[in-house]
Amino acid sequence: MKAFNLPKITFWRAVAVIIVMTGLYSTFLRFSTGLQQTALKDSFPWGLWIGFDVLCGVGLAAGGFTICAVTHIFNIKQFKPLTKPAILTAFLGYVLVVVGLLMDLGKPWNIWHAIIMWNFNSVMFEVAWCVMLYTTVLFLEFVPVVLERFKLYTLQNILKKVSVPIYILGIILSTLHQSSLGSLFLIIPTKMSPLWYSSLLPVYFYLSAISVGFAMIIFEAFLSARAFDKELELNLLSKIGFISVIVLGINFALKMIDLTFSNKWGYLAQLDQASLLYILEALVGVIIPFFMLTSKKVRENKKWLYIASCMIVGGFIFNRLNVSITAVSNGTGIFYFPSFNEISITLMLVVLGMWAFRLIVKNFPVFNEPVRS
Amino acid sequence: MIKQKALLFDATQCVGCGECYSACKEKNHNPETSSDYLKDHLSANTFTVLEEYKVKDKSNNELDVFTRKMCMHCQEPTCVSVCPVGAFTKTEFGPVIYDGDKCLGCRYCMQACPHKVPRYQWNKTNPVVRKCTMCYDRVSKGLPTACSEACATGATLFGDRDELIIEAKKRISENPDTYYPEVYGLEDEAGGTNVLVLSPVPFDQLGFSQLPKQPLPTLTKQAMDKIPGVVGVGGVLLTGMYWLTKRKNQIAKEENKKNN
Repeated sequence: MKAFNLPKITFWRAVAVIIVMTGLYSTFLRFSTGLQQTALKDSFPWGLWIGFDVLCGVGLAAGGFTICAVTHIFNIKQFKPLTKPAILTAFLGYVLVVVGLLMDLGKPWNIWHAIIMWNFNSVMFEVAWCVMLYTTVLFLEFVPVVLERFKLYTLQNILKKVSVPIYILGIILSTLHQSSLGSLFLIIPTKMSPLWYSSLLPVYFYLSAISVGFAMIIFEAFLSARAFDKELELNLLSKIGFISVIVLGINFALKMIDLTFSNKWGYLAQLDQASLLYILEALVGVIIPFFMLTSKKVRENKKWLYIASCMIVGGFIFNRLNVSITAVSNGTGIFYFPSFNEISITLMLVVLGMWAFRLIVKNFPVFNEPVRS
Repeated sequence: MIKQKALLFDATQCVGCGECYSACKEKNHNPETSSDYLKDHLSANTFTVLEEYKVKDKSNNELDVFTRKMCMHCQEPTCVSVCPVGAFTKTEFGPVIYDGDKCLGCRYCMQACPHKVPRYQWNKTNPVVRKCTMCYDRVSKGLPTACSEACATGATLFGDRDELIIEAKKRISENPDTYYPEVYGLEDEAGGTNVLVLSPVPFDQLGFSQLPKQPLPTLTKQAMDKIPGVVGVGGVLLTGMYWLTKRKNQIAKEENKKNN
């Protein structure tokens, strides 16, 4: 029998505990006194929780469906070692999105209403259904790992037989709601900065999700390699980096064509807060990583591949916050900055996600080689 | 067919007495929110407000204009379209109403409303969205709205929408110098509204939103209409791709065997 050891107190563990305690206190405040604990107001009803916890959460979890498409639909089996961790992150990501949504909803106990009260005109209705179904799909995609751990091979074999339809369903559901998160904003043309408003928003949201999904796989691989002291599959990762940046480039080219045809370059030349943020988003999140990763030398270098993927992830987060906050703030003239409680709950969710990932990876065969730690 | 009811607000007739504001508060049992009704703003406890604007008329004279703000009861309401659980309804005779028991509290209605009308109970633990209902309960019994009943000058009129449109156009043609020659809410404001407005100056000078002509729900509908296509084409493509690549791998394996 193993002796029970108290976990060692390290700096990051202490930080994590403080973040979670603060987040729990904010959660208590939010549910005991209502949404007045946020900086949200009648003129600015969607803030950090929708912009980051939901829009970024869903997007950053896109690696789950993109890698499934590569390994199981395009049958490029060499990428298989990357799938299980990507599916796990995606599943945890969606669980966190739902928790974040429960914080944001005024009446979270009514969330199940979307199942029985239908409105086919509502993009939100479609997103609700897709997220619900896709979280189930992700669970089914990950559960074989759990079954293997407990040696339930019969169940595992049954799931294996339906795995291809499940993967296909997952890809379709992801395509629908990743793009629909952009469609949410189609209905507010008068309330958004023209720099970000476009009838192509669903296309931009979809392509950027694909790109960031791959970038997240690289990012996580680096973190896991460091945390669990395991080898990095650099040759696979640099290929993934290349796919990511090509999709990123296509998305950016579309945006530039769109800006040209809708005559919006003038808004960029204004050099006000919105246009500067737009330029920064393009520069840090797209242009620089694009030139980095299209160079073979850079993307086969461990350190630079990691930096470039961090830039893509950062640029993605920046884009979602710009669409949901900067653009709306610019279009309505209303200032918004998240309250302490909004920030602390968001940080808590991020920490809980990382902690859950660590816990599951240590106890279940997620990585192909066993974790030494 | 049931005739649609509407309100006609004529800013040239309004003296800013505030009777509509008080009548609305009383009818909806809303608590007092401001000591000066001209400085109040729409909130979860205030469904209509009076605003004062200093503008210049056609002959460049300074003009004091009072205008009302309230739910416009759109012909094709954005709130009805965006609500995931269908908590908003456009009733057959005009008013747009809301059912707090269905609501999740996602606030997409507030985010999407082009007139910036729905308000939230930010300080409640079981909050609902609040806005003018065009006195739905009274109107369904054949009564006028509380605000129009209280209006002494006839600035707020209640009646059948088509008759009010005729009246509004008549006023403009009889007094072309008094009015800006358009009716706000006729059809050019995102498909029109059931609250019609007449003004001496262009409407944006009184704080009314300038909107695209087409009803806003068509913008999301165009995207939603593509869903069946994505599912169908996506399903076929992915299945085909799976089958093709699997076959390719098999052939490659067999050839490998042969060569060895």
